[in-house]
Amino acid sequence: MSDGPVTASTDTEPVLRVNDLRVWYGTQDGDPVRAVDGVSLEIKAGETLGLVGESGCGKSTLGRGVLGLLPDSAGVEGRVLYRDRELVGIPPKEMRAMRGPEVGLIFQEPMTRLNPLVTIESHFMETLRAHEPELDKEEMKRRSLEALAGMGIPPTRFKQYPHEFSGGMRQRIMIALALVLGPKLLVADEPTTALDVIVEAQILGILADLRRNFDTALLLITHNLGIVAEACDRLAVMYAGRIVEEGDAREVFAEPAHPYTRELLRSIISLDTTGLHYIPGAPPNLIDPPSGCRFHPRCPNAMRVCPERFPIEVPLAGGRRTECWLHGPADEIPPGGSEPLERQEIALAEEA
Amino acid sequence: MSSHGTSLRTYILTRIALAVPTVLILLTIVFLLMRVAPGDPITSALGARLPAEELEQRREAAGYDKPIPQQYVEYLGNVVTLDMGESLTDNRTVTSIIVDNGSATLELTIAAFIVAVVVGVGLGLLAGRFRDTPIDVGSRLFGIIIYAFPVFFLGFLAQLLFGSVLGWLPTSGRASPLVEFELNQITHFYLIDTLISGNWSQFWDVFTHLILPAATLGLVISGVLIRLVRVNLLQTMRGDYVEAARARGVGERRIVIHHAFRNALVPVVTIAGLQFAILLGGAVLTEQTFNWPGIGSELIRYLDQRDYIAVQGIITIFAVFVVLISVLIDIVTAFIDPRVRYS
Amino acid sequence: MRLPHVLQPVAQTRGVPRWILISGVVIVAFFLILAIFAPLIAPYGFDQVEADGMRFAKQASPDSQHLFGTTVQSTDVLSRVVWGSRTAIEVVVLAVVFSLAIGVPLGLFSGYVGGRIDRFLVLIMDALFAFPYLLLAIVIAFLLSDTFGQGVVTAAVAITVVYVPQYFRVIRNHVISVREEPYVEAARALGAPRRTIIGRYIFYNVIQNVPSLATLNAADAILTLAALGFLGYGIQPTDAAEWGYDLQRAIDDAGAGIWWTGLFPGLAIVLLVTGFTLLGEGLNDVINPLIRYQRIPKPDIPAAARPLEVGGPAAAGAARAATETRAHDPPGEVNRE
Repeated sequence: MSDGPVTASTDTEPVLRVNDLRVWYGTQDGDPVRAVDGVSLEIKAGETLGLVGESGCGKSTLGRGVLGLLPDSAGVEGRVLYRDRELVGIPPKEMRAMRGPEVGLIFQEPMTRLNPLVTIESHFMETLRAHEPELDKEEMKRRSLEALAGMGIPPTRFKQYPHEFSGGMRQRIMIALALVLGPKLLVADEPTTALDVIVEAQILGILADLRRNFDTALLLITHNLGIVAEACDRLAVMYAGRIVEEGDAREVFAEPAHPYTRELLRSIISLDTTGLHYIPGAPPNLIDPPSGCRFHPRCPNAMRVCPERFPIEVPLAGGRRTECWLHGPADEIPPGGSEPLERQEIALAEEA
Repeated sequence: MSSHGTSLRTYILTRIALAVPTVLILLTIVFLLMRVAPGDPITSALGARLPAEELEQRREAAGYDKPIPQQYVEYLGNVVTLDMGESLTDNRTVTSIIVDNGSATLELTIAAFIVAVVVGVGLGLLAGRFRDTPIDVGSRLFGIIIYAFPVFFLGFLAQLLFGSVLGWLPTSGRASPLVEFELNQITHFYLIDTLISGNWSQFWDVFTHLILPAATLGLVISGVLIRLVRVNLLQTMRGDYVEAARARGVGERRIVIHHAFRNALVPVVTIAGLQFAILLGGAVLTEQTFNWPGIGSELIRYLDQRDYIAVQGIITIFAVFVVLISVLIDIVTAFIDPRVRYS
Repeated sequence: MRLPHVLQPVAQTRGVPRWILISGVVIVAFFLILAIFAPLIAPYGFDQVEADGMRFAKQASPDSQHLFGTTVQSTDVLSRVVWGSRTAIEVVVLAVVFSLAIGVPLGLFSGYVGGRIDRFLVLIMDALFAFPYLLLAIVIAFLLSDTFGQGVVTAAVAITVVYVPQYFRVIRNHVISVREEPYVEAARALGAPRRTIIGRYIFYNVIQNVPSLATLNAADAILTLAALGFLGYGIQPTDAAEWGYDLQRAIDDAGAGIWWTGLFPGLAIVLLVTGFTLLGEGLNDVINPLIRYQRIPKPDIPAAARPLEVGGPAAAGAARAATETRAHDPPGEVNRE
């Protein structure tokens, strides 16, 4: 039931296109928090894009921003195009109509996302009534049971209450609720963070099936790199509100271009780990971010140009891109800028 | 589903069973309180009026010469059989006191409760929904100030305004003397009785007599409900499941009414029920102000006359009633909130 | 010591919560002044019926001699309102002090120790709590008056009995939740003695609730005192002036259209109770920052690629930003449009 222009060939045109999106949160008496500060990305149909980064880097804001679920104190600039339809500044009623049939959101903590006083059946009916009121009850019930069956929830449990389900099952119910209207784009905000590894594997399997069976585009937001390796086609690494590297997941893992990505990968604990690796320093201040490249205070490869000038985005082989002076463009680096940055700078950052 | 039916039933039975020890403790407290006063009730009430032998006879007849533990057991037995004796000073059975005057208090309390809920919940929901607007600030201020009004002061003002100055409403009693005399008392609830007998002028008379006392008492109590409902609503509107519903494109009105309001009211049911118990206690003030022949007024009267048997009977019934109400509240809550049934 | 740290949130209040707190303080302070300086402020004694050899008029409407009029007993209403403040404050302060002295330690102890003692205390307190509070107060006042007379202390004790269960319950529940906190467990693991744990960790945490609870209870206590006075179980009229008692006498006046005997004592009650409530609510807002809420406006985001400097330390670079390379802000996505 979506209005708006339908593109000619949905194969090659991206389902979601974000262009220089900025989401800033107002603060009580200070400068705004620049949670998302100029992000651009694309997701095609059937593709899964993983969005990783530390806590507080702005990934959740980005996810919610796509669905227009930001608090009143958030300001938004830039463009978010869903199948060539502009979502930024869209009238709230139209946005509401799109949530469900066109775009969906899966939240992090399934335990609190269902109304405890109300049955699962009621949740489904409500969702279907909001978007397809002309359906009769039987049809609504059939669609709901179908969605639940796809998640492995038997019809006998349709009339039960949320507290009668475990965390993993509730997340599956949430996914079913998000899918029952057949959206083309799904945003999953840390969908497995609150669940144990076994359940996590199940959920990831379900999300992978989505891609295969329904051609759904998926934006998978997580801080867990392990999930990304398994579940994502492409990977975008976010730091201090910017995307610092993006490309094919396997290639990024094999050969990370940005030092931050590299450090993140090094921090993963595996069976080979003998010592803990961590990135020194603290996550950046989003109200007053570091000058130039925002990662420079913690970057082991920092050069003199890094705090001076904001890095320019550079395309790499295989459709990848990154924002890092290490990859040029060389003609933009002033003379002497390629010299290593003095250690002092990093030490100061550590104290902060 | 049948599973829900049995869980609710189990909950109800368990809850009633748990009420028994509470009642027992309350009864014990009442018993002890009544025996704290020096001497025995008979002597205190009638000692000045009766000669010594008759006093002794009465004491024996009422069982006050027996040892305390035995009195205790007898007292408990009396409560269970609902035979708590006769008042000393005017020979009414405690049962009749409770039926006649208790119904008056209950009628007043229920009417006041309705006023309190309508005003309190209504304003509270508005205040929460339109946070920080003049509606919100006004409702909260109203809630704080109206609660600060002693019921008898509000009653005083009401009587001044509607009784003296405007002359619109009666300010005393449950009904005009003639109506009172003629009324066919079946349930002892005047509103219902007049409806049953189909006499509209009687009904109107009784109704107008109920308005001021019920409105006064109800308004004062509504103050507490306003603040409570507002706070609960604000919390539920920020709830995770509310955000999740929005993410599914559910309409705002449906979200507010179906998810926010409804969930906000669950704890309110408990508090509202407690308010009912408070109303019972506060009714005595209203009764004194409006000459309402309720059981609270009788309590005061018997207390003044040192008629401890009547006092004991009245307080006992009050205590048991309060426990019953709290059981009822819990059952209603379990009916609304399925999580409660399983804990 | 700790006090300045505790008062810091007060300075941070803004907007509506601040006005609530200030109003509460002003009102309560006003009545405290009335109470303390009653002999100087009240034109006459609380049961004075004559002056300069002339007996006061009965139920006289307000005039220059009697600003609030006189009662049926020929006493001056204004004076009784002022002296009533003293009575109210005396009783309430006593009652709150008693309740705190009994309820808080009991709650602390019961919550921390747990077990059978705790269950027993909870049972008793719940039973007391279940009683309609006014009835309980009446009965206690009645029983005490036989032995101790109907004075300030009796009233205070009656009110105390009604409110101790509340303090007990709140403090106890809070202790129980704090007791399970990781930092308490850590302290215990480090070998801190029980005294320290209760005294330093739990006490300071739990005590934060008390000012708000005490002021809100003070508000209720005044209503209870007035109720007792109205029913005749309060302060003996020969001992002191009391607003509730005055209102009882005034009810009969309402029929005759005499408004001043009831209006002024009644307003005094409303005002003082409101003052305490505002104070309590204000303190609640201050101490409980989670409930604080401010409307935050949307920020101004500069349109794409022509960035402005953000304020703060970066503003130092604002001067050169216009001319030099803008180190802080990302270049626009020119190749993407």
